[in-house]
Amino acid sequence: MKRTIEPFWWSFFGAGGVVSALFLPVIILLMGLAIPLGWVSAPAYETLVELFRRPYSRLLLFGIISLSLFHWAHRFRFTLYDGLQLKHLNVLIAVMCYGTAAFGSLYALYVFIAM
Amino acid sequence: MNGFSRRTTSAYQTRTPIFWWIRKWTSVRFILRELTSVFVAIYAFMLLFFVRALYVGPEQYADFIVWLKSLFSIALSIISFLFVLFHAITWFNLAPKALIIRVGKWKVPDLMIVASNFLGWALVSSVVVWIILG
Repeated sequence: MKRTIEPFWWSFFGAGGVVSALFLPVIILLMGLAIPLGWVSAPAYETLVELFRRPYSRLLLFGIISLSLFHWAHRFRFTLYDGLQLKHLNVLIAVMCYGTAAFGSLYALYVFIAM
Repeated sequence: MNGFSRRTTSAYQTRTPIFWWIRKWTSVRFILRELTSVFVAIYAFMLLFFVRALYVGPEQYADFIVWLKSLFSIALSIISFLFVLFHAITWFNLAPKALIIRVGKWKVPDLMIVASNFLGWALVSSVVVWIILG
């Protein structure tokens, strides 16, 4: 069998699938709905910034963001192949998907290291 | 490099229509499940911009909170929440198919793997709520 790079992408897809399933629902519920709609009182800016600046918070947040993006990249690539029957655009789609995930991860890296 | 064989004889192949999946509920559900990834990505970026605003300073953060209260953001959050919930449930339910755990000769039953996934999910969610709001 031909050696391919697919297992490499699949491992990111798998890890991202787990991380996004565990963390994103509660994050969306809190950040996108409960706090803006006033269901719960929003944490004070100082408390939140102190919490989010800790090294392990940065590492965890970076992991959630980057792995989620690579999960999207892999799954969306095959959605386009299968759903829209675009297998002939194989290379272009792969570059676009993994490129977006890589670009997002690099930007996240910049935010979590430099800011 | 890509893992696909190109042995299909294109000359005799009729092309599958783009909306081949729309006629059957199971295939619509398959496409919807695949599309959950789009909302995973959208919210990964939302989280990134939220943290960025937080790091920049109180004013930027306050602006971001105002934006989160906009109708657009609330609608996006509701839709994203439903899709990501669908992703989480289907992901945890399918886990035993990818993960076979054996203790000695005993194969851990699928139901136990699924149950521990949902338990872990509940635990992680509670811890996040407790850390952020506690």
